[in-house]
Amino acid sequence: MSRQIRRLSFVFALMMVAVLVNITLIQVVNAGDYRDRPGNQRILLAEYDRERGPILVGTDPVARSVETGNTLTYLRRYSNPRLYAPVTGFYSLIYGATGLERTENRILNGRSDIFAVDRIQQLISGRQPVGGAVTTTIDAAAQRAAYLGLRGKKGAVVAIEPATGRILASVQSPSFDPNRLSSHDPNEIREYYAKLEADPDKPLLNRPVVALNPPGSTFKLVTAAAALSSGRFNPNSVLPGPRTYDLPLSDRELRNWNRQQCGPGGRVTLRDALAISCNTAFAWLGNELGADALREQSELFGFDTGFEIPLRAATSRFPTDPDEPQTALSAIGQFDVRATALQMAMVTGAIGNSGRTMVPYMVQEIRAPDLTILQTTEPEVFADALRPSEALALTEMMVNVVDNGTGTNAQIPDVRVAGKTGTAQTGNDRPNVAWFVAFAPAAAPQVAVAVVVEEAGAEEVSGNGLGAPIAKDVIEAVLQRR
Amino acid sequence: MSTTNGTDLYAPEEAPRKKPTRRWVELLLLILAWGIGLLGTVQIGWVTGEGMTTRLWVTAGVVGGLALTMHIVIRIWAKYADPILLPVATLLTMLGLLMIYRIDVAAARRAVLSDAPEPTPDVYSQLTWYAVATILFVAVIVLLQDHRRLARYTYTFGLAGLVLLVLPLAPVIGTTVNGATLWIRIGDLSFQPAEAAKILLVIFFAGYLVAKRDSLAVVRTKFLGIELPRPKDLGPLVIAWLISLAVLVFERDLGTSLLFFGLFVAMLYIATQRRTWIFLGGLLFLAGAAAAYYNFSHVRSRVTVWLDPWAYADTGGYQIVQSIYGLANGGVLGAGLGQGFPNLVPFAKTDFIVAALGEEIGVTGLFALVMLYAILIERGLRTAVSVRDAFGQLLAAGLSIVLAIQVFVIIGGVTGLIPLTGLTTPFLSYGGSSLVANWVIVAILLRISDRARRPEAVAPSPDDAMTQVVRTV
Repeated sequence: MSRQIRRLSFVFALMMVAVLVNITLIQVVNAGDYRDRPGNQRILLAEYDRERGPILVGTDPVARSVETGNTLTYLRRYSNPRLYAPVTGFYSLIYGATGLERTENRILNGRSDIFAVDRIQQLISGRQPVGGAVTTTIDAAAQRAAYLGLRGKKGAVVAIEPATGRILASVQSPSFDPNRLSSHDPNEIREYYAKLEADPDKPLLNRPVVALNPPGSTFKLVTAAAALSSGRFNPNSVLPGPRTYDLPLSDRELRNWNRQQCGPGGRVTLRDALAISCNTAFAWLGNELGADALREQSELFGFDTGFEIPLRAATSRFPTDPDEPQTALSAIGQFDVRATALQMAMVTGAIGNSGRTMVPYMVQEIRAPDLTILQTTEPEVFADALRPSEALALTEMMVNVVDNGTGTNAQIPDVRVAGKTGTAQTGNDRPNVAWFVAFAPAAAPQVAVAVVVEEAGAEEVSGNGLGAPIAKDVIEAVLQRR
Repeated sequence: MSTTNGTDLYAPEEAPRKKPTRRWVELLLLILAWGIGLLGTVQIGWVTGEGMTTRLWVTAGVVGGLALTMHIVIRIWAKYADPILLPVATLLTMLGLLMIYRIDVAAARRAVLSDAPEPTPDVYSQLTWYAVATILFVAVIVLLQDHRRLARYTYTFGLAGLVLLVLPLAPVIGTTVNGATLWIRIGDLSFQPAEAAKILLVIFFAGYLVAKRDSLAVVRTKFLGIELPRPKDLGPLVIAWLISLAVLVFERDLGTSLLFFGLFVAMLYIATQRRTWIFLGGLLFLAGAAAAYYNFSHVRSRVTVWLDPWAYADTGGYQIVQSIYGLANGGVLGAGLGQGFPNLVPFAKTDFIVAALGEEIGVTGLFALVMLYAILIERGLRTAVSVRDAFGQLLAAGLSIVLAIQVFVIIGGVTGLIPLTGLTTPFLSYGGSSLVANWVIVAILLRISDRARRPEAVAPSPDDAMTQVVRTV
């Protein structure tokens, strides 16, 4: 009988080996596949099982995790969801994360290496790490002012602090409710997401940093800056400003917005050309300076650089190798020039900051779960776009725009506001885009703001009519707070 | 083993050398097992933030006390018993308690969050059953001085086993849970009689086969070129087969049905030393399986789900799919005790405890776990080989086979290797009947191994004289 027992034990050994092989297949060989299966809740649960850190505006947690009674222990909640959607993004079971929720994920979920010390402790204790807090640079008052100003319109507002590059406001309209994408109900999430996707106004697009529009006349700031830094022009330089400008090498011509000539005898100073936004003078100026000078100047302001603030901003572009008519059009922010609201805020801020372009950023501090500060973002100089004297001259020209020119709606009593209007054509049948950029107080600006309103009216006044009041509100919000 | 010869037989008091009892090895391994259990408990307490409550320390103390009790009883009444069996079974029991505690914590946490009343923890009930198991263990070791005495009641045990098997079908006391009628309930006590039945039937099979094996081994007829036993001798096999089918049909207990049939065929093979029985058993199994597949929807659905669990991930395959997700999440080293999601797997405390464990201790831990079972089964089979009497051999082998089939069927089932059938995981699963029954199995194996290793002569049992003389192991 012993032989039979031995044979049986051999059979049992084979059975155990089969079990072990099968377990190895599941836990080692195919484990990755199983983890990635759509029905597998575990990876998400692991994320939802730990308390995700808050995203703070000042001391106000605009995104935070609240405990639930469900299998998914924590639910992400957003106070003022639509107001802060372009900043926080969403954190979805199905569609992943966007905004700071995405870029700061490892901070918020506590897996970043900067928590190394905490983690050693957690490794020993096996406790779930608790996420760190992300403090934004957003100024609640400026954000709210911009949001209220944009209500009912389609567009974006970005405000930055010129001296540092801190982003004080990043607002879009239309916006969306991240709560409904971050819920625990897959059907609700899918339904809402499909609705947002189908919306022609694209509420999911992070307009302030991603939407590229022709900057129109606000780009004349870049052209003017190039003129000043070339040393060949000063604010008093007289430029030809006829009623029309014949685009070289073509039979097309370029008109001023009011179809008038820009000054007596069609001659106008650089200062006045900016004040009345004289297209023909700037078109001429563009070809006088050349496309390369314009591009170089624009790049010093941040064009052609992809910024991560840490949200990935779209790269603003000055066209490569334009011919003369294209250069003329580019000089007034048409043709293939494309800029984000963030980029135009940077241009404006740099002029206010004595010509120095700062790297924009949205995350002020990273705090450990116990609120000790682990990391603070230090302002970083991107480039010196203008000499201080040139910046000062351009600032005076911009103050003149608001005081006496096209940007009168941005006037604030007792505050010198420097600004520039813009209206860009986006195509033959497509509606115009209205711009307004400004900073204040002119002498020592605390805020630079760029407002872009899509689907604006046809006339230059729309920059002043639509954009300037919003910029004014944002500036006032920042100034009053201090 | 020593050679059994005439002189030894009649000189029990004058054993030439003192044979090592290995009791210190057993104690050392027990302490090691207890230490592992304690470490695991501390880790779960710490990780989940429950902390090491007084209650847990007391529990650890009680578990240690129970293990020590068994050890001392063996020291006194079965001092030559195998030193490995007890520590391995103890470690498995502790791992079970540990995992049940872990799942208790998860369930309590969930309840707190959803404002539901906190569920009663099951670990203390399991601990109570462990204590009951210890009492029965001690009773078997102390009262059963010679396992051969069991052979005297072969048919009594057989009848009792059959009665227990069909008991859940009885009105009033029979209870159906999750579609399977496995339980009887008397007042607050519920009991799975199949667990006790499996021991009684192993005893019956062993006694019956020892008495009948010669006639069973005789080849009488040739049919289609295959040597077949006499129809008269086929009777027991057919009866066992019918009983298994009856269990399957009336109690819907696929696992137990499989266990009994496999057990009987394996024991028949050992007893008669004829592979014909395996062949016949295989045929009958296939016939039964085919009949079951075509006639019972629950069997059919099990097979369908087994073939492609992913297609039924939300319905019939939910359990197995969740089990696989859990195992995959565990990976090589596991999520760590207290850090997985054992509560996502249905029946995590009972049928799927291996999946819950596998998530937290990883493939590394499961290898160790399967090795523990392999060691347990191997020690049981070794006992079977080394004991002198045929009844003891068959009994030890049968009990080991019970463990082996159970381990294979349940672990293979929850990992999708074979179709899922409900069986408890020996020593690990939550459930008193199973825990007590498995400890009785260990007690009987220890008793037999004590017999086998004891240096002094053993009076040959009357029906076993032949093998006794022939065997030199």
